[in-house]
Amino acid sequence: MAEKKIIATTSLAGCFGCHMSLLDIDERMLDLIEVVEFNKSPINDIKKFTRKCDIGLIEGGCCNSENVHVLKLFRESCKILVAVGECAIMGGLPAMRNGIPLKECIDEAYLNGITVHANVNKTVPNDPELPVLLDKVYPCSAVVKIDYSIPGCPPHADLLWATLYALVTGKETEIPYEVFKYD
Amino acid sequence: MKASIENILRKYQHDSTRLMDILLDIQDELGYIPEAYVPHIAELLGLSDADVEQTLSFYHFFSTRPTGKYRIYLNNSVVAYMMGRSEVAAAFEEALGIKFGQVTPDGRVGLFETSCIGMNDQEPAAIINNVIFPCLTPFRVREIVRDIKENKPVEEMINYQYGEGQNASEMVRSMVSNNIRKVGPVLDPHYKVGEALKKVISMSPEEVIEEIKKSNIRGRGGAGFPTGLKWEFCRKAHGEKKYIFCNADEGEPGTFKDRVILTELPRLLLEGMIIAGYAVGATEGILYVRYEYRYLKKYLEEILENARKKNYLGKSILGKEGFDFDIRIQFGAGAYVCGEESALIESAEGKRGEPRDRPPFPVEKGYLGMPTVVNNVETFCSVVKIILNGGEWYKSFGTEQSTGTKLLSISGDCRYPGVYEVAWGFSVNDILDMVGASKNQVQAVQVGGPSGSLIEPDEFNRILGYEDLSTGGSLIIFGHHRDLIREVVLNFTNFFIDESCGSCSTCRIVPVLLRNKIEKILNARGVEKDLDEMLEWAKLLKASRCGLGQTAGNPVVTSIKNFRHLYERMIQKNKEYDAGFDLQAAIRDGAEATGRIPIV
Repeated sequence: MAEKKIIATTSLAGCFGCHMSLLDIDERMLDLIEVVEFNKSPINDIKKFTRKCDIGLIEGGCCNSENVHVLKLFRESCKILVAVGECAIMGGLPAMRNGIPLKECIDEAYLNGITVHANVNKTVPNDPELPVLLDKVYPCSAVVKIDYSIPGCPPHADLLWATLYALVTGKETEIPYEVFKYD
Repeated sequence: MKASIENILRKYQHDSTRLMDILLDIQDELGYIPEAYVPHIAELLGLSDADVEQTLSFYHFFSTRPTGKYRIYLNNSVVAYMMGRSEVAAAFEEALGIKFGQVTPDGRVGLFETSCIGMNDQEPAAIINNVIFPCLTPFRVREIVRDIKENKPVEEMINYQYGEGQNASEMVRSMVSNNIRKVGPVLDPHYKVGEALKKVISMSPEEVIEEIKKSNIRGRGGAGFPTGLKWEFCRKAHGEKKYIFCNADEGEPGTFKDRVILTELPRLLLEGMIIAGYAVGATEGILYVRYEYRYLKKYLEEILENARKKNYLGKSILGKEGFDFDIRIQFGAGAYVCGEESALIESAEGKRGEPRDRPPFPVEKGYLGMPTVVNNVETFCSVVKIILNGGEWYKSFGTEQSTGTKLLSISGDCRYPGVYEVAWGFSVNDILDMVGASKNQVQAVQVGGPSGSLIEPDEFNRILGYEDLSTGGSLIIFGHHRDLIREVVLNFTNFFIDESCGSCSTCRIVPVLLRNKIEKILNARGVEKDLDEMLEWAKLLKASRCGLGQTAGNPVVTSIKNFRHLYERMIQKNKEYDAGFDLQAAIRDGAEATGRIPIV
């Protein structure tokens, strides 16, 4: 049997919905782990890359400095990088803030919003441990080179399965239209 | 205040298609159009609030907030920058203590940017309360600001004297110069008003069209549609009323020939429109003039009034029974896209200047759904000379496919910028010799404005004409010391971004992507692939509805084609991919908003 492919996954400015969709491949997960081994990923909770990977799956775009670092690390560590879902490909829902200046967003969230009651000292989070927010939310392709994109919000489990299977086995695959039709 | 709005509406008989004029009048009276008036205007015109709002928000010179007693609009075209616009802009900001886009705290002075105002031969130029201030310098700016602070009326802020010719006349009183450098049949100063018209009424409309067709004249706005054919289509089209439009919305940066015709030969232009009215069977003409030329308003209105007195306009013109024709002036309010004929018609109907889907073409369904001829200022002027001297005579100028003469607006790095009337068939080399631009000092020539082509010295033997370098008449010359990509291509691309009406997604998006790519390359982050991608993406623009969108990629495409080496020397050679992302720049706002010193 051929050597197992090594996969890493992460969720940047996303909602983990794409990872959930990956879990929706259900019992095929058993087939998958026959041919792949997971490295850094929330699925197995490995926090750091322990080796070079074949495939990196990215959920979410970049909304803060940490996202950028993680994404660049994935690019260095993975031979093939795949943007999974709308947020990774286009910025998605988080990018809805792109039309509003960042200062206004922060002020609304921490100072002026109608649900802000407890912030008596009128501070905004500024602990040095926190990543710094970017001026806008960037799609992954605006930061590093992305090899493939799997569309959807989230992508259908069958689509994830078919794409992953094709990437792992190196065989072309037929994807029925219904699997990537979203309307 | 409501009373004055009602007065204005009454002046236009509550006609909703005159919304442009109504808004222009309110803006003139108050200096801005308060949003709170929108429901009132809408109600009285029988429109929805959104109908009024969309026209109000579309045009650059309409403002919904106070813009000051003195409203300064400084041109930001390429040539303005070449002639020292940056220093002039800085002088304005310093002397007034505000940035562009702001109004002084006392609410007296507003400072704004604007696209090319048709003064490329006398840049940097600004419009202050409809008065043109050409040839600005930082010194002159300080004088102007001093006058403003002393509350002097703009009309009295004359530096030395008015421009030549009619610019100095009682009705114009403008500092603008004509800079007419070469005259031909159209600009011939010995023109006698009404001669052609007298000849026309002895001919049948069909004979007039036949003569125009014989001359092979093609539209002078740039697209080059045969004028005689256009008139014939309109004559044959069915409609209870027909209209003649003159497109004097010249907004293509670098073009200013129509300004000179409107100043020196407005009667020639009107005569051409009247002849068109006779040939087509139209009863009404509309002269659509760009807002930037509003300093000519009184003058043009007086000329129309005199024409009515002499019965060149009105009922039974020159005694010809049934020949009724009158002309009104429609001012724009600042939108380049209105130079596109169907957008121009939309605008004259009081709507956003969005191009229409075609067909039907305006000759079938134009203004208010009626058959309409839209021709350029220069086309109408040429027609008068064709009628006087015959189509055969006209064909003796120019080339086989491009008959007659063309007015060129030439600016940039040359000794004698101005308007030149030459026969078609001149080569670019001939033109450089004519305008005093030494060939070994010229790096590039932009032919036909931003939507045309940026050509290199190897192509200077190409000739102007529909068969080779087609042009609406704008030529901008760039010396070797100019940074073509930063100063020219980027500026033109920004122009298209500003002026897109936003209707087609291609035109709304692709120019922005192209601009981002250019900036990336200028920031030394470009790679070879970027050039290929720009060329590929620009192709998408062909799917746009009108000429603006379809040509918005031309600055990028023609500069990559002809000056690829300028890009090549800025891109990273041994890198295949670079997203151009700058983390330091991206976290600047976030660090500032949270008071952090970022550790990245």
